Amino acid sequence: MKAVFAFPLVFFRLFYQSVYLALTQIWANKTRSVLTTLGIVIGVASVTAVIAALTGLKAKILTQVETLGTNTIFIGPRAPDRGPMSHANWWQLRFRPEQFDDVLDHCPSLAVLSRIGGVGRRTVRCGEQSVDNVEIQGIEPAFHQIEHRPVILGRIFSPIDDEQSRQVCLIEPKLRDKLRMHHDCVGETLRIGSTAFVVVGVIEARPQMNFGDSGRERYEVFIPFKTLKKLGEPFTWAMASGRSAETLEDAQAELKFFLRRTRNIRPGQPDTFDVQSLQNALATFNKIAVIVTMVAGGIVGISLLVGGVGIMNIMLVSVSERTREIGLRKAVGARRSAILTQFMIESVTLCFFGGLVGIGLGQLLTMAIANIPQVKLDLAHIPLWAIGISFGFAGIVGICFGMVPAIKAARLDPIEALRHE
Amino acid sequence: MRTQSDKIVIRLEGITRVYKVGVERIHALDGVDLELRENEYVAIMGPSGSGKSTLMNVLGCLDRVSSGRYELDGQNTTGMGDAALARVRNERIGFVFQSFELLSRSSALRNVEMPLIYSRNGWWSRRKRALQMLERVGLGDRVKHRPNQLSGGEKQRVAIARALICNPSILLADEPTGNLDSKTSEDILTLFDQLHAEGQTIILVTHEESVARHAKRIIRMKDGRINSDLSTEEDQTRRGSLVAELGKVTK
Repeated sequence: MKAVFAFPLVFFRLFYQSVYLALTQIWANKTRSVLTTLGIVIGVASVTAVIAALTGLKAKILTQVETLGTNTIFIGPRAPDRGPMSHANWWQLRFRPEQFDDVLDHCPSLAVLSRIGGVGRRTVRCGEQSVDNVEIQGIEPAFHQIEHRPVILGRIFSPIDDEQSRQVCLIEPKLRDKLRMHHDCVGETLRIGSTAFVVVGVIEARPQMNFGDSGRERYEVFIPFKTLKKLGEPFTWAMASGRSAETLEDAQAELKFFLRRTRNIRPGQPDTFDVQSLQNALATFNKIAVIVTMVAGGIVGISLLVGGVGIMNIMLVSVSERTREIGLRKAVGARRSAILTQFMIESVTLCFFGGLVGIGLGQLLTMAIANIPQVKLDLAHIPLWAIGISFGFAGIVGICFGMVPAIKAARLDPIEALRHE
Repeated sequence: MRTQSDKIVIRLEGITRVYKVGVERIHALDGVDLELRENEYVAIMGPSGSGKSTLMNVLGCLDRVSSGRYELDGQNTTGMGDAALARVRNERIGFVFQSFELLSRSSALRNVEMPLIYSRNGWWSRRKRALQMLERVGLGDRVKHRPNQLSGGEKQRVAIARALICNPSILLADEPTGNLDSKTSEDILTLFDQLHAEGQTIILVTHEESVARHAKRIIRMKDGRINSDLSTEEDQTRRGSLVAELGKVTK
């Protein structure tokens, strides 16, 4: 019975002693240890930072998706890759509003659809105040059912606003503040260009994630779709909502079929428009994320390899420096396995130490990334599994590259070792 | 105080150790027979190349013999594997080296308890035992000191405490006073005398006559063989007559 317990106990003791020894060794050679583990530190720091950034990006996109609604479909003109329309300009490709007429009757999987028009950016005035580059969007009342952007004050658009082309608008809180309007600005008038509009409500801003715009404030003003004609020839597209996530693809197919007919596209000719769902976009993002992770992983792999060679080098130095110590340990009764364990644990501990410093550095990098306002990655954080993977890889590097020095140490002849200068 | 018993600790029968250097075969040990009883105090002497270091390594189970039989505590060690030999070294042999071989970054206490890391038992009580041992060699007040804070004599005392911690059957000392001045050497040898008086079996390898004289038995090696194996008194009288003869010849 005693023998059964003896082995794990002996191993535990050996383990404890080896970890203790390894830590004293690292502490005794602080500078050397830090320099040695630099490869591991950089590898782990970069992988955790990349993963953190991707996590942040994904979280950001998911909040965006939640605002837009997961069942949302975007319909816009697009030049096909081939055929006579491949070189058409936007004027030829544009949607005419009537092309969407009765769309819901022909697309049973579609819940709602809103035509959306844009006339580009205009200057908005209210009294003495003016704001340039405001995006003017024409929407139909159904828009409120598609995009999850609550109207905080006032009311949403009604069908009458649209039918009668009323000069009413919804504005964002930030624009209201910028124009120095009252907090409750419902009923106040602002001018888009020279046309006057009455504010009927304040709509919540979309969570910002315009990566190209590098953080410049962007404002939107919504007016009824039909009113938009008064401001100029609109660029029309549409947003729609499927009845359920399961039938989203059916809805897309129905829309494509319907639009090919209203846009008079002959059989065999390619589509001159695009029907995209957020789920498609999400799938694309996931693909890109996987590629980025793999590329980062490759770089990290190389840096871990270099780090591992560094570890091996320093362990070999350590073994030859401590040859007499190894000889002594063998003389007082250390087995080969004990010496092997000691040096393996030393190299693994060194790598874990590097991993720990690397995760710390990665955390700092992540915090730095999260705090750059232009990058919009404030949700970046290191997930637990990334920490686990980092430590795992550091440990594997420690085992692989510590093996050769440890075997060298274990094989030393005690007589030779004690005679070593 | 214990008296010398009849229990045989070491028995060597026809031990040879042959090294191959290129095509040449060097007989470092060429048929050594030896018996050592418990609580003997033996000095092994001889010029360099006489085989005394090899004999020391064989006795300490650090080296394997080419032929012959080595029994330690009645146990044949000749056919043992590495792990078994490591255990024998751990439990039955205490080494004291000329250059102390202390771990420079560890305290005296940690140095002394080191062999217990590799021992089957005694790990839990290692601190207590190490303290006892340091007390025994007269270093009870130097427990926390590191080797670089200790004098040469103190270092060797720490090494002796370390050698004794596993209660070894034999204490193997290889030139234990080689790095010490004569005063400190005398102190260390007095410690050995004291340990011998307490019942410890001691084997001393040295080439200094004054050191060897502390032992009770002197074995002189030459060309891998035992040249003479006498009690210290006999050895000294014989040596005295040899010196006298040498004197006559030179005259």
